[in-house]
Amino acid sequence: MLTIQPLRWGKPYNSLDTFDVIHFDTGEPIAKIGQVTGGMVQLDMRRADQARKALRKFSCEDLIQKCQKAAQLFEHEPLSVGDGIQTVSDFIYQQSASTGLPEHMCQSNMKKNCFVLSNMAKILDCLTRGLPLDVYTRGYGEENRGVTVSYQCQAPVLGAVLPNNSPGVHTLWLPAVPLQVGLVLKPGSQEPWTPYRMISAFIAAGIPAEAFCLYPGGHDVGSTIMSKCERSMIFGSAQTVQQYSGNPRVQAHGPGFSKILIGDDVVDRWEDYLDMMVESVASNSGRGCINCSGIWASRHTKKIAEAIAAKIGPMEALPPQDPNAQLAAFTNKQMATGTWSMIQQDLAESGVTDMTASYGPRLVEQERCAYLRPMVLHADSPSRGVASKEYMFPFVSVVECPQKDMIKSIGQTLIGTALTADPSWIDDLTNAVNIDRLNIGAVATNRLNWLQPHEGNLTEFLFRNRAYQFAS
Amino acid sequence: MTATSPAWLANPTDVSEAKKKLDQHTYETVQWHFHESTGSPFWLGKKAELGFDPLKEIKTFDDLKKFPMFEDEWLRGGPVERWIPKGLAGKPTYVFETGGTTGIPKSRVVIDDFRIDYELFSHTLPDQYFPKGANWLMLGPSGPRRLRLAVEHLCQYRGGICFCIDLDPRWVIKLIKKGWMEHLEEYKKHCIDQAITILTANHNIKCMFATPKLLESLAMGLAEKGTTLRECGITGIFSGGTEFTPQWTRFCVEELLEGLPEQSGVYMTPTYGNTLMGLACSRPITDEDNYTIAYYAPEPRAVVEIVDFEDSNKIVPYGQTGRVKLYTMTKEFFVPGFLERDEGEREMPYSKYPWDGVSGVRPYRGFASSTTVGVY
Repeated sequence: MLTIQPLRWGKPYNSLDTFDVIHFDTGEPIAKIGQVTGGMVQLDMRRADQARKALRKFSCEDLIQKCQKAAQLFEHEPLSVGDGIQTVSDFIYQQSASTGLPEHMCQSNMKKNCFVLSNMAKILDCLTRGLPLDVYTRGYGEENRGVTVSYQCQAPVLGAVLPNNSPGVHTLWLPAVPLQVGLVLKPGSQEPWTPYRMISAFIAAGIPAEAFCLYPGGHDVGSTIMSKCERSMIFGSAQTVQQYSGNPRVQAHGPGFSKILIGDDVVDRWEDYLDMMVESVASNSGRGCINCSGIWASRHTKKIAEAIAAKIGPMEALPPQDPNAQLAAFTNKQMATGTWSMIQQDLAESGVTDMTASYGPRLVEQERCAYLRPMVLHADSPSRGVASKEYMFPFVSVVECPQKDMIKSIGQTLIGTALTADPSWIDDLTNAVNIDRLNIGAVATNRLNWLQPHEGNLTEFLFRNRAYQFAS
Repeated sequence: MTATSPAWLANPTDVSEAKKKLDQHTYETVQWHFHESTGSPFWLGKKAELGFDPLKEIKTFDDLKKFPMFEDEWLRGGPVERWIPKGLAGKPTYVFETGGTTGIPKSRVVIDDFRIDYELFSHTLPDQYFPKGANWLMLGPSGPRRLRLAVEHLCQYRGGICFCIDLDPRWVIKLIKKGWMEHLEEYKKHCIDQAITILTANHNIKCMFATPKLLESLAMGLAEKGTTLRECGITGIFSGGTEFTPQWTRFCVEELLEGLPEQSGVYMTPTYGNTLMGLACSRPITDEDNYTIAYYAPEPRAVVEIVDFEDSNKIVPYGQTGRVKLYTMTKEFFVPGFLERDEGEREMPYSKYPWDGVSGVRPYRGFASSTTVGVY
């Protein structure tokens, strides 16, 4: 069995406290993970400046090249992880076994991370709006129009408290490295695999190990990272997002409440968009904040719900190795049963209909885990509680709502796909501050263009644009 | 002793002698607590419910298993005088409390026990690191706690003066239960600020008591000011009050105290204790022993057993896990078996303390999820 130890500025630390990562279905241990404490993190953070110093020995362009090499290593080569060598198939097996995600989805997430790493030059070009990258290294420089600009780095390291169950989110912290900002990561207890393999790939590609800390541990580790890193990101619940709201040091990522809004001008042709809607709801087992949890239209909503239910309602819980598996297991059974209870409450409200009821039982309990099969609920009004719900499996509410009331009724929406060609409504949608990413036209909510900032621009988070003058 | 036995293992003769001493002490203690002329109203009252005569039937330590398990609920409420043995009536008496965040705390009356326990403990401290005459800092709970007076007495017994802070653990527990984490952080900072003020005020403080969490916070607070416990002149630390793990101990020794005593000049001794029992000392911590913390009760005044989770009269084999069972047998207080809220592994007798010990002490799994532990 693999033993994986914390990494403190690139050096493995043989912790006496270990945590077993277990197979969600068999209960067999997959790896032992050494744990740190908040105190250790706090002490280490006194040396955080060294991480940026080590990275600044390389130009941003050098680091971008190394990222490309790391992408190749991450996706294709055996890498040193803990006290063993991890092949690509080991990685996919391990990630699937601890998170409950089907193996082919683990592979897709791996590709997504590699895409971002491989295209780092383009991504940074977009995030920085084409500024020469040495502006970020030196802290000042000249724009191509001959004006002095300054971007001052606000933190030598980016801290991140990573989630347990969504291997796709790791793309968000990757661009810190070529911007010469070190990484202090707390891997999720069930998903240490991506951060460990990625850091191993970075180091194997020639990026200095002293730029990285990997801190598996308890809640105190997360809170210490958040309090001691000048800039950090956290993945959590709506409450977590609320807790850090307005805190300039923290980028909090929570539920997306992503939606598809169908305009009156196209709603009679809703069938043309059915596959896009199904993909938005069910891709990656509906786990992500970018999955669609609400489809809003002024009419045909029952028919839309029925059609989506017919596509995803029959999905079965299949073994993770099955290439047709579309559903991830809830590795914590109580989470599935708790979610099921909440949905029962949603359904108790009048005007809410379960459109997947005829496709068999939804809650599938197994010995050590459980599955929730896809659900499509119809709500006859935006005032129904379910209209603002998001759950960790393919779940969508199809909500009947007049177009004129949609923007004010949808609430906070990470990704809004608007199916319309109505210029006036497009203008209203463009100005709606409750929609973060806006897609106009048939773009599935899960299809992100990585050349656009996602939930805040990382360069703006890590660097401060300020005045910088030379005596004339 | 076999070839694979650890060097610290007690020899069988010492173990046997200690057992004889324990049996004799048990007999004398029971005679005292159950004799009409010397016993406490509480135990004399209980005697009628026992169904046996302790004066006649308790001759050895193992005979204590005839008693029902001690219930700490008996300690709640008054009159506390019922616990004072007649043989000690009229002596100046303290009352120490545990719990009490909500409701009535558990009380234990004490006359001299805390002084005796800590004087015995004093003799286990190495003078090199706990110099006689040095002043102390007490970085632990204040209020109606045994620990506060006991540490002060320990310091005075060793010829020093003890500096204390204000720390109300009941308020800390309330803050946690209310989820007022910012207030909790501020309160912790308030406590640490008091300690740093004392340490940096030329009081010649060389020794201190601290709970593990407060010790860590103090070291961090000093680090933020660019100094360390060693640089502040601390050479000896007696720590206890909350759970120690080997990993935390290693972190403390290697990183907060800057190495084992022979390198850093700072010695830290973990202890395990409570108001009911007194204070159990630990075997010296070593890196070869993977920073195992093994505690040994101050026999014969107190005894620790590791018993089966299902049968509290059955001791588990060495190295096996069980629940911590305590006995207290002093002239002031008699506890013929009490199941602690902790579990751990049974340890073999140590040369300096030739009786069973316990390692890996942590909250008992049956209570762990419902208990607020390690609050200060």
